[in-house]
This record gives sequence, C-alpha cells and structure tokens, in this order.
Amino acid sequence: MAKKNESQDSAGLIGWIDERFPLSSFIKNHLTEYYAPKNFNFWYLFGALALFVFVMQILTGIFLTMHYKPDAAQAFASVEYIMRDVSFGWLIRYMHSTGSSLFFVVIYLHMFKSLMYGSYQKPRELLWIFGVAIFLALMAEAFFGYLLPWGQMSYWGAQVIVNLFAAVPFIGPDLAEWVRGDYLISDATLNRFFAFHVIALPLALAGLILTHLIALHEVGSNNPDGVEIKNYKDKKTGIPLDGIPFHPYYTVKDLIGLTVFLIVFASIIFFAPEMGGYFLEANNFVPADPLVTPSHIAPVWYFTPFYSILRAVPPILNSQFPGVAAMGLSVLIFAFVPWLDKSPVRSIRYKGILFKKWLGAFVVSFIILGYLGTVPSTIWGQFPSVLPLLGGSDVATVVARIFTIIYFSFFILMPIYSKKSITKPVPTRVTMK
Amino acid sequence: MKKIIIFILLLIQSSFIFASEEVYLEKAPIDLSDQPSLQKGARTFINYCLNCHSAKYMRYNKLLDIGLSKKDIKENLLFTGKKIGDPMEISMPVKESKKWFGATPPDLSVTARSRGSDWIYSYMKGFYRDSSREIGWNNIVYVNSAMPHILWELQGEQELDKITGELSLIKAGKLNEKEYDSVIVDLTNYITYMSEPDQLKRKKMGFYVVGFLLLLLVLTIKLKKEFWKDIK
Repeated sequence: MAKKNESQDSAGLIGWIDERFPLSSFIKNHLTEYYAPKNFNFWYLFGALALFVFVMQILTGIFLTMHYKPDAAQAFASVEYIMRDVSFGWLIRYMHSTGSSLFFVVIYLHMFKSLMYGSYQKPRELLWIFGVAIFLALMAEAFFGYLLPWGQMSYWGAQVIVNLFAAVPFIGPDLAEWVRGDYLISDATLNRFFAFHVIALPLALAGLILTHLIALHEVGSNNPDGVEIKNYKDKKTGIPLDGIPFHPYYTVKDLIGLTVFLIVFASIIFFAPEMGGYFLEANNFVPADPLVTPSHIAPVWYFTPFYSILRAVPPILNSQFPGVAAMGLSVLIFAFVPWLDKSPVRSIRYKGILFKKWLGAFVVSFIILGYLGTVPSTIWGQFPSVLPLLGGSDVATVVARIFTIIYFSFFILMPIYSKKSITKPVPTRVTMK
Repeated sequence: MKKIIIFILLLIQSSFIFASEEVYLEKAPIDLSDQPSLQKGARTFINYCLNCHSAKYMRYNKLLDIGLSKKDIKENLLFTGKKIGDPMEISMPVKESKKWFGATPPDLSVTARSRGSDWIYSYMKGFYRDSSREIGWNNIVYVNSAMPHILWELQGEQELDKITGELSLIKAGKLNEKEYDSVIVDLTNYITYMSEPDQLKRKKMGFYVVGFLLLLLVLTIKLKKEFWKDIK
C-alpha cells in the first residue's frame, strides 16, 4: 500500500512508470538519497572513472567490431583498414587501445586506495573479493584483446602466455593445445580469443561490476578516515551526520576528475597514441609470423610486474611450473588481504609507521618488477664469475628475485606487522583534511 | 625516499644505454607538414621502391592530402590500368620474390611505425660494396640485408672501413652527398607520412579537443564549488 501512495506523489510519465517499475525509488536509493561520506579525497575518484572507461571500451569496441575481421589472413589488414579507410577509425582505435592501458592505470590506483584506507576490512570483504574478480576478468579481457591486431607482439605474447599452461604438471601440453585449439597459435586461436574478448568477458565484467556496486551500496563506502558514518545518524531523519547525497555532491565532484582524466586521455590519443611503445608496441606493426620469433618478447606494461615474477622464479626439476604458480599466486593473493590484515584500524592515517613502510616497499617492488618485465633479463649484465653464489647470473634476475620476495612478504607477513604496528587513536567522526 | 628516487632514475637511464647499444641511428630531419618534400618522397617511393615492395594499405588517392592533384597522380604516378582509389600493390608474386631475393620484400605501409623513421633514413644511407655477398651489397644498419642498393646510381658506391666502422664514397653517383641526403629525407618523410596518413589531422584536432576540455574544467570546478559551499 505504501508503494502505491508514493507513486501517487509523482504525476505524469514518471508516475506512470513508477506504478510499473521502481524508477524514482531506484534513483533515490542509489543516487539522490544514497549517503556517501563527505570526506572523500582524490583517491575516491578512480572507481567512477573505471566505470566510465569500461563503458567507453564497450562503445568503441562495438564500432571496431563492425570493421574488424577475426581471421588470421585478414585481421592485420582489417586493423589498417580501420586506421585509414573508416571515417574516424583511427580515433576509435586509439580510444580503445589507450583506453585499455588507462583502464589498468585507473584500476591500479583504485586498488591502491583500498590498500591505503583498509577498504577491504569487515564488512567489506565481499566487496573487495568482487573487485579482485573484476581485476582477474580484466586481465583476461586485455590478454585476449591483445591477440586481435595479429601483429608480431600479439602473436608471440599469446604464444608465451598460452605456453604457461603447458607447464602445468601431467596435463600441461594437452591443456595448452586445448586452449589454443591447434598445435600453435593460429586462426582457430584468434577466433576463440575474439569470442572471449567481445562477448564472454565483457558480459562477465558487466555482471561482476554490478555485484561490486550492489555490495558497495549494501555496506556503504569506506572513507579516508576509515570510520563508519552509519554509527552517527540524525535521530529524526536517520541520515548519517557525515553523509552527503551522492548526487549532486559527488557527481559534480567526479565531473572535475573526469575532465582531468579526459585531458590526459585526449593528450595521449591525439599526440602520443603509441606512448613511446608502451601502449602500442612497434613490433606489433609487423604482421604475425609464426616462423620469425622476435628477439625480445615482452607483454604490455600492465602485465609486466607479474611477468617479472614469472621470470624471477627459477625452474625446479626442469619444470617452469613454480614460476607459473608464483605468477598466479601474485594476483590471487590480493583476495586474501581482508584476512591477512590484523590491524585494529582501517586507514593508513591511523596505522603505524611499520605498515606505511611495508606498503611503500610493496609499491616500489611493483614498479621495479613492472619495469624489469619490459626489458630483457640481460639488461644489467652479469655478476662477475668470481663472486660466490651470484657469479655469472644476470643482475636483473637477481634484483627481480629480491623484489619478488618483498612483493610476497608484503602479503605473507601482513598478519604480523599489521598487528605489531602501533596505531594512532581513531576519531569518532570523519575529518575534513 | 631520496634513495628510491635515485634508484628509479638509474633504472630509467640504463634503458637508454641499452637502446643506444644496438645500432647507431642518425636522426631523420623530416617534417610532415612540408608538402613539397612529401610529394618528392612519394615520387621516389613509387619510382624505385614500389617495384619490389608493396604498400598495400595505402591508396593512391590519399596522395591528394599531400597536395598532389588527381591529374598529377593519374598521369605521373599510376601504373597503367590502375584506378586512383586502388591500393599500392605490386604485381611481383610473393613466392617468386622469395626465390629471387631469399626473402620476400616486406610491405612498407607501416614500416615507419615498426622500424622508426630514423632507422629508414640511416638504412637508406648505410649501403656499401661487399664483394663477399652474392648481391654485392651490404648495410651497416641491417647487416646482411637481402636488399641490394637500389639508389646506387644516385648515391654512388660506398666502402666500409672495417676498423673505424665509417663509410666513405669510392665511386660518385649522379647526385652529390647533399642532394642524395635530401632525396632520402624526402623518401623517409613520405614513408613516415604513409604509415599513418591521418597523423597531422590527428594532432591538429588534438589542440581543439584539449582546449575545449580545459574550458570545461574551469566550468566543472566552478560548478563543484557552488554545490559544495555548504559542506563543512
């Protein structure tokens, strides 16, 4: 009955819709009367930006699909056709290729925010896990998409990654062949990767993003102080005292962030779409050739920290599997963070110096591993052979091993240092810093 | 923190050292807005390169963008029987060319994007006489390249000093060094243009888009301030 009364409030078309579909109440619950903490800072922008980039990738992707041909004999040529003969095809293509790199920039910053402010802690564990699942799906989406231009880097990058499956004990080689659909990366592989890239994973991503948002709106946003705004509500209205409606306050605030993002985005698209070979690799302008292996194969920058970990782990009993397992674990380990962090406080503002140092060490490891993944492991030469233990081994590999250990230690030792780290007193209400 | 920054800077610097170790490439002094240079380059490309190399993603009518007229293209640059909207394909069969040269001459449509303009410029100036090879030529930029020196009549013949690694002219060609260099600059300029014909349009459009966004930024900042003035 209450519902009916509510709908009578709004007349006309909206009223008509509200009697049949919860339009007004949806807008109220999730925008105009969804209360977010008033102290969000710069770091809280990236969630909204990620959603924007996702929508943009879908839209540009639709237009690319209209002209792209998922056929080993025609794929490379169809991309050049888009670049030259399709009206504004170059713009759509650069938006998509730049968008994919910036998607990862935005997601990495979004994840870093959560690590800083403890946004994974109770009751936001599921919210965080859905986020990790989105990250995994996004990596798969990017990997499948990278094969489509059918250049040398596409081809050999896919070759390297699919061969990782061959390292799985017992079933490895059969598994790799099953993934490829052939004995080598071929037309069959291109076709299935296309199917995964344009429908399977976007669909999974859309679903996961929806669950991520449902979980977010159930528990409410964390904030830079890490205090629950729901603990202090106005007694009459029940509205959190430190909450403000998402719309209009955060929609107008996010507009500034979005505009700054678009300035960066447009500067890359129009002035440096290859981004010095990091967004579009030079070797990918050579058509895929199964008979010519490039001298240096590196994945796109956003995979390189994990790729570095793969290369850093030495083979055991002639098997590459430990490296593959370490790489898989380096991504999956994020899912366990809610239970690894034993700190009584959420935000880095009130956590002790020990936690800050570890988080800093993690970020430095991530960047250095990322850099090392883009270059050959011989880049820094070898240790002199007279040195015990290290003699003759690649300097870069040893450095990568050290930072791999730091990377994993950040997670594995978290229960110890997060508990030991001396915390500062947390305010009861949010602060406007 | 300082140590970390120094370490990261060292990392970045070392990558440059690595890049310079490969082959020394001369910087190509090209200017994509120089239409006469692009036109001369297009002529050299079509007369010399387009016999063995194709540029199959490039259409002849794209040459209209660099200031050539339909009449120019039809009368001077199109092979008989071709239409102005056709791509720059060649009639040499791929299988045969592999037999003749040992490798199929690659399509040059996007070579400037895979190799870079400096590489093309240095490569075209890097041929020297090498009697130990069947084709009689070698190249300092791409050692044991399967390509003979197509422009030798223009440049003349060079010799490699194996101790210093320097090239010197042993037999003069039709052009002097400066004239030959300008032919190669124009050719490199054209091949770079051809690798992405819309690149000048792209950059020009970029200024308008970024300019608009900067204006929008001022408005969004004002809008936010207006809404947020009550929030304390």
